[in-house]
Amino acid sequence: MIAALGIRLGDPAAYVFLAFAAMTCGSALIVAASRNIVYSAYALLLTFFGVAGLYAFLDADFIAAAQLLVYVGGILVLILFGVMLTHKIRDINLSNETTNPIIGAAIAGFIFLALAYVSIYTKWDVVERTASPTTGEIGKAFVGKYLLPFEASSVLLLGALIGAAYLARREKEKP
Amino acid sequence: MHPLLTFAHDVMPFTKGWPDWILYGLLVFIVAFGILNTLVAPLTGISTYIERRLAGRAQYRWGPNRVGFRSMLSALPITRGLAKLADVQPIKFIGSKIPGGLLQFAADGLKLFTKEDIIPSQADQLLFRASPYVIMAGSFAAFAVLPVSFHFRAVNLNIGIFYILGISSIVVPGILMAGWGSANKWALLGGMRAAAQIVSYEIPVAIALMTAVMLAGTMNMADIVDAQRSGYGIQKAGLLGWYAFRYCGLMLVPFVVYFIGGCAEVNRTPFDLVEGESELVAGYHTEYSGFRWSFFFMAEYSNMFAVGAIATTMFLGGPLPPYPVQFTEALFGPMGNLGMILRFGEGFFWFFAKSYFFVLVMIHMRWTLPRYRVDQLMNVCWKVLIPIALVWFVLMCGVRMVRMEMALGPEKDAVTEGHK
Amino acid sequence: MPVANLEWFLLIGAFLFATGVFTILTRKNAVSVLMGVELVLNSANINLVAFSRFVRSPATLGPTSIEFPLQGEAAHHVYGAAWIGGNVFAAFVIILAAAEAAVALAIILGIYRNLGDVDVDEVTAMKG
Repeated sequence: MIAALGIRLGDPAAYVFLAFAAMTCGSALIVAASRNIVYSAYALLLTFFGVAGLYAFLDADFIAAAQLLVYVGGILVLILFGVMLTHKIRDINLSNETTNPIIGAAIAGFIFLALAYVSIYTKWDVVERTASPTTGEIGKAFVGKYLLPFEASSVLLLGALIGAAYLARREKEKP
Repeated sequence: MHPLLTFAHDVMPFTKGWPDWILYGLLVFIVAFGILNTLVAPLTGISTYIERRLAGRAQYRWGPNRVGFRSMLSALPITRGLAKLADVQPIKFIGSKIPGGLLQFAADGLKLFTKEDIIPSQADQLLFRASPYVIMAGSFAAFAVLPVSFHFRAVNLNIGIFYILGISSIVVPGILMAGWGSANKWALLGGMRAAAQIVSYEIPVAIALMTAVMLAGTMNMADIVDAQRSGYGIQKAGLLGWYAFRYCGLMLVPFVVYFIGGCAEVNRTPFDLVEGESELVAGYHTEYSGFRWSFFFMAEYSNMFAVGAIATTMFLGGPLPPYPVQFTEALFGPMGNLGMILRFGEGFFWFFAKSYFFVLVMIHMRWTLPRYRVDQLMNVCWKVLIPIALVWFVLMCGVRMVRMEMALGPEKDAVTEGHK
Repeated sequence: MPVANLEWFLLIGAFLFATGVFTILTRKNAVSVLMGVELVLNSANINLVAFSRFVRSPATLGPTSIEFPLQGEAAHHVYGAAWIGGNVFAAFVIILAAAEAAVALAIILGIYRNLGDVDVDEVTAMKG
């Protein structure tokens, strides 16, 4: 049945793919629904990891490793610090309230159905392409066609660095 | 039918009726179990043995010297009988040439395995239980791409070193998990310190590694090793081809930056503020006991080995010997399968010799140097290592560009013509 | 070809997007809202990389507004293949996400210092 949907069963990789897909979606649900914000944050770890696995299935090796390095090693750690610095360790039940879940679920469900409709019923112009390493090509694109956005993004990162350091700095107490 | 499945059916006939996916899961489990027990546990065990013996020397005591092959041999009935005939103590009969205590790590492992697994009642059960596995997974996953010998590694990944940088960053959330889950403020402080330290030191480490990647022109670890076969225009360069000694010693600087950063990333003295026992009891694993604690311990030693192995691969030629490897290739090449095995053993020997050299240096550092303060630690990272690494990266870019221009020189026009 | 069709990746992306939107809409904790934003960015990234892998790309990365001296195959060789565009875009999204998370966390810590809470409903100081 699943084979009809375009998954090559019989290939062990198909099971790994399904596991990654299930991990991504399931942990995303936990992020959205968990009552404990620390669990949400760690479910986000699984989501990022699952998405990195999906990139690997899309032959995007560089993006997969960058996803792990930046999201898991950087952004997730930032979020965890954010959680831990804005809560007290003695709060056993960390409050993470959900307001208006029904309206939210209705909107999210509508968006999902619309996107799913589009992705299934559009005739995509799919081409056969053999997998090839992407790192070199991405490097060439960064210093070739996308040089200006690349430089702009480095300026953005510098700005974010300075801005974040300025915002998070403790105000000097006046004598 | 996939060959893996047929193989599993042949070896384990009782699995014939099982669904495919359960069988695949079982295979993954068996392989992971095998790797953990045959490869990783002995690696960390040997490291702990070296550490404890050296610590004993540094503190003028013996260290582990009982549980080992010597006592095992002397306990054998035949040895006892022979010793009785010769009228000496069995342990004297075996002699003191075999170092004692070699199996201490196995005994310790058994002991930890049988200890009570204590979980604090206020702890977050799930996070507390999961954290050792996350940390183990992060530190062992890096082993997959290490080129242990010539063209011998688990996976030939074309983003090898980048994969290591990415996958080992899973350790940081794992440490925070342990710190938060313990519901203990020392554990939390230790975890936060560890996370801040590892995240900060990842930057100079990554830049220093990227310098070598830039010179090799590839992130594949096997190709980086191959790039170190020759150097200074000599085909058979041997030791001179290693990146640490290339470019008139310019690359020594990123090498040293990497090693300092790597030491800081494994959280050992002089960078062990994370578990500074005078301040934080034992850092993020304060509340752990028994086998869960031994997971942290194993992760620490395997991280040490990984840092040494990465330094070896990126800067010291990996499995390449210090003499020109072409000699042994010419020697072993015509010998067929035996030559293959010899060459494999040669690469294996040099890789582990170099990696364990770094482990030894780290152990010596631990028993020699005092601990840094937090502000000193961050100053070293942000004001010393990162600027040096960045400047050296740009410098080596310049060196490589000049060399490429020189190499291309006469043919450059032809190359550009070809593109048009 | 990969083990699954393009539609699978698009559906996973759509699901992540929907959960992200749900998180943003319903959570009161600012850090949780940030997590929702990360989910949305990840879903967009999955789509970008999937399209880059599966869908026919323009013939070349050829000149846009800047004059590139090389054309055709040579342009591929020097400026990178055209199909990599989606991957490059995903890399930019990752860069952006890093900058966004750093600034957002700094702002959240600032709010926590001033208000003692990170409830997004409570941050009304600029309300007229």
